[in-house]
Amino acid sequence: MFKYFELNKIFSITSKAPKYVLLLFIIVLSIGLFEALIFSPEDYKQGDAVRIMYVHVPSAWISLGIFSLITLLSIVGYTFKIKNFFLISKSLAPSGFIFNIIALVTGSIWGRPTWGTWWAWDARITAMLILALFYLLYLLAWRIFEDKDKVFKATLMITILGIINVPIIKYSVDWWNTLHQPASINIFTKSSIDISMLFPLMIMTAAFALFSLLIFLMKYNTELIKIKNKGLDRL
Amino acid sequence: MYGRKVKLRFFFILLIFVTLSLTIFLILKSLEENVVFFQSPSEIKELPELNKKKIRVGGMVKNKSISVQAEELNFIITDFKSEIIVTYSGVVPNLFAEGKGVVAEGYLKDKNFFLATKILAKHDENYMPPEVKAAIEGK
Repeated sequence: MFKYFELNKIFSITSKAPKYVLLLFIIVLSIGLFEALIFSPEDYKQGDAVRIMYVHVPSAWISLGIFSLITLLSIVGYTFKIKNFFLISKSLAPSGFIFNIIALVTGSIWGRPTWGTWWAWDARITAMLILALFYLLYLLAWRIFEDKDKVFKATLMITILGIINVPIIKYSVDWWNTLHQPASINIFTKSSIDISMLFPLMIMTAAFALFSLLIFLMKYNTELIKIKNKGLDRL
Repeated sequence: MYGRKVKLRFFFILLIFVTLSLTIFLILKSLEENVVFFQSPSEIKELPELNKKKIRVGGMVKNKSISVQAEELNFIITDFKSEIIVTYSGVVPNLFAEGKGVVAEGYLKDKNFFLATKILAKHDENYMPPEVKAAIEGK
């Protein structure tokens, strides 16, 4: 399978793509913000506080999604010895971490007016905090280990340990009594969120995904330049 | 198709994953009592003995059960099987209302009376604009 990737081909894409992604991100984010802050209705119970959801929920989704992707890439990369996948993972991690922090902070801001507390040791919040720690471990591992093989193994182990936490975050609200409510969005049954609120939520998710892609491309580009400077023509 | 090494590496990862998942599952299973954020009134009733520790009780605020006397707020938490009477003095969150979810943190006086030191409102999974809510209730 993929023994190596042609560095110059990838580089020609990653060095040009960011400006288009940035443009698309600005457009989607503007639509999303208008939808979320102005056009979408207030909630019958929460009033305007519900608007925090349009930042909180997409951030949580993106951070979970990126962690899952990193794990998948690390496992495949290790099994088939594809170094490039580890570099992709490395470049993805920072935006996942940032969105994890955003989810925690906005959750706290949302919790104060609705639940009546900034912080609660509810299963989902705690698991989300643990995910943030795993992201931190992952990012630190890249800084600490200098040897390539060591860093690949260390990050692989961190992702395998951390990925077990991801279904716990998702299903914590079904398995245990939590302060978080059960899932509002269901694929197979009817969602309990009104379509007028679901729409801005999806747009904001798309905007955050584009932002992650943008940061990823910039990080990945840097990695490629580092390799180029070493005078290697392949990964 | 794939080399022996590739298969070995794959099974290695799989085995690590399965082992860790099982371990964490068993740990969480045995810690269930501490992982839950609150207990329901029915679970309180089934407690073998009253403990003096701070606990949390959660459920619905029973309809027409909120009463305010001087500085004291009284209401009933129900899970539609059992009920518990809660006494509290202090500020309640905005979403605290009859027929809505609530979590009370505090101490049990006995199995029917709860002295709350903190009240948290619990939101449900329904999100809709007021007009939609009105339309549903109008039906």
